[in-house]
Amino acid sequence: MPQETLLKISNIDVFHGSFQALWDVSLAVRAGEIVALIGANGSGKSTLLDTISGLLHPAKGKIEFEGKDISAVDPFQVVELGITQVPEGRRVFPEMTVLDNLIIGSYNRKARSKREQNFKMVCELFPILKERKNQLAKTLSGGEQQMLALGRGLMSDPRLVLLDEMSLGLAPIVLNDLYKALREIRAMGITILFVEQNVRRSLREADRAYIMEAGRVVLSGDVAELREEEEVKKAYFGV
Amino acid sequence: MTGLAGLSTPITMGIFLGGLYVLIALGLSLVFGVMKLINVAHGDWVIVGSYFAYTAMTMLGIDPFLSLVMGIPLLFGIGFAVQRFLLNRAFAVSLDAALLVCFGISIIFQNFCQIIWTPFSRGLKPPYALESFSIGAVHVPLVYLLDFIAALVVMLFLREFLRRTYLGKAITAASQDRRAAQLMGINTGRVYAFAFAIAMAVAAIAGVLLGLTFPFTPTSGVSFLILAFGVVIIGGLGSMMGTFIGGVILGLAQTLGGYFLGAAAQMLVAYILVFVVLAVRPQGIFGR
Repeated sequence: MPQETLLKISNIDVFHGSFQALWDVSLAVRAGEIVALIGANGSGKSTLLDTISGLLHPAKGKIEFEGKDISAVDPFQVVELGITQVPEGRRVFPEMTVLDNLIIGSYNRKARSKREQNFKMVCELFPILKERKNQLAKTLSGGEQQMLALGRGLMSDPRLVLLDEMSLGLAPIVLNDLYKALREIRAMGITILFVEQNVRRSLREADRAYIMEAGRVVLSGDVAELREEEEVKKAYFGV
Repeated sequence: MTGLAGLSTPITMGIFLGGLYVLIALGLSLVFGVMKLINVAHGDWVIVGSYFAYTAMTMLGIDPFLSLVMGIPLLFGIGFAVQRFLLNRAFAVSLDAALLVCFGISIIFQNFCQIIWTPFSRGLKPPYALESFSIGAVHVPLVYLLDFIAALVVMLFLREFLRRTYLGKAITAASQDRRAAQLMGINTGRVYAFAFAIAMAVAAIAGVLLGLTFPFTPTSGVSFLILAFGVVIIGGLGSMMGTFIGGVILGLAQTLGGYFLGAAAQMLVAYILVFVVLAVRPQGIFGR
């Protein structure tokens, strides 16, 4: 059975002021997939996520979500449509409690009615958040903050989660828990597009991957194929 | 009157008068805390609130407090529109642009007040404005007590609103990380408009109490703006409780300064205190 295309990006150009950050980028994510976006610093991965989230708008090309053109939609409306971004550096609200961070995650109208249900789901996924729900977010460890950022995103009742540099500065043991959570999230029917610098790990966790360089998609495909690809080996594994 | 017993009057007066400063500073503190904007027109909004109550009283015979039923929605509405259609657009350019817009609003309001109400000094003088009462040996004008009660009520209301309601939490979130708030589905432009509108509604309340406590002219806003700066410097910008404590401390510094060094020195003492706080703890007593 062919899977439904959830997100379709067609030939977009994106600028930061006069600097062109993305060149003719196309990408597709099917419902239920885990897709990795790989590339060095400054290759345009985060810019691409911000453009999907509506923080930036493409000068050319089109972004469609569930068949609807969202190229010019504002960030708060993108969230309501079912796309959440877990930003790089986690960016939890430091002076708010864990619980209030999660409540803010369910701010959009559609998610408010499902708040109790999603809160329960997040607590099952990350029991530590329930334990610490009355603590200020700034008092959590890095790993816990990442769990909170992810949980906060899930509170918005998303169909698609954009995950930016989840592993930044975290210990491998914490990362294992987080990747395990990602697989559970996917099992709930939520689609994931994640940005990562760790190529080996990405190619292990994702179904498909896109590789970016200097604002362009240079390579894409199933992770099994990509692992065998000479270019990838040379560029990222040094063999 | 011996030393310590004599002190009870300036201390009581200082704390109560501080309430008025708190009311004027709360809106300034809220706008800065949320948008990082120093609303240099804040004092002028307060004075517009004073004049509105003055007109309601002199022309319609409405009590200043009762006139807030109209004054609060009026300043709330104008505040919402100014943020939504003017300041949000200025933010898209830069924070400096928004600051310039505030300067412009200040000049417009001052001249508007001069045209409508003339430059002469006015005051809100309902019958109870001249009453006073006694606590032991201390005689306090009734309006000073009203200043303090109003400050306490408004401060607690704002604090609980920010902590408990959905909108309040969204305002708090946007103040801590605007970008993350956007990514959480918060329409930050709309949230800013509400925050500014609430600050201006508080300015309407401050305007009534200012008019009851002191005479005012179209340009009085500037001097009260400077006082409000003093309050938030002492208390720490953005914290409601800090603003409250800051106002009370400034009020005390003023009356105690007057008691020990004479009336001419009272504001000098208050501003020296502001300098000391800036030097020792620039983020304010409650600031982060």
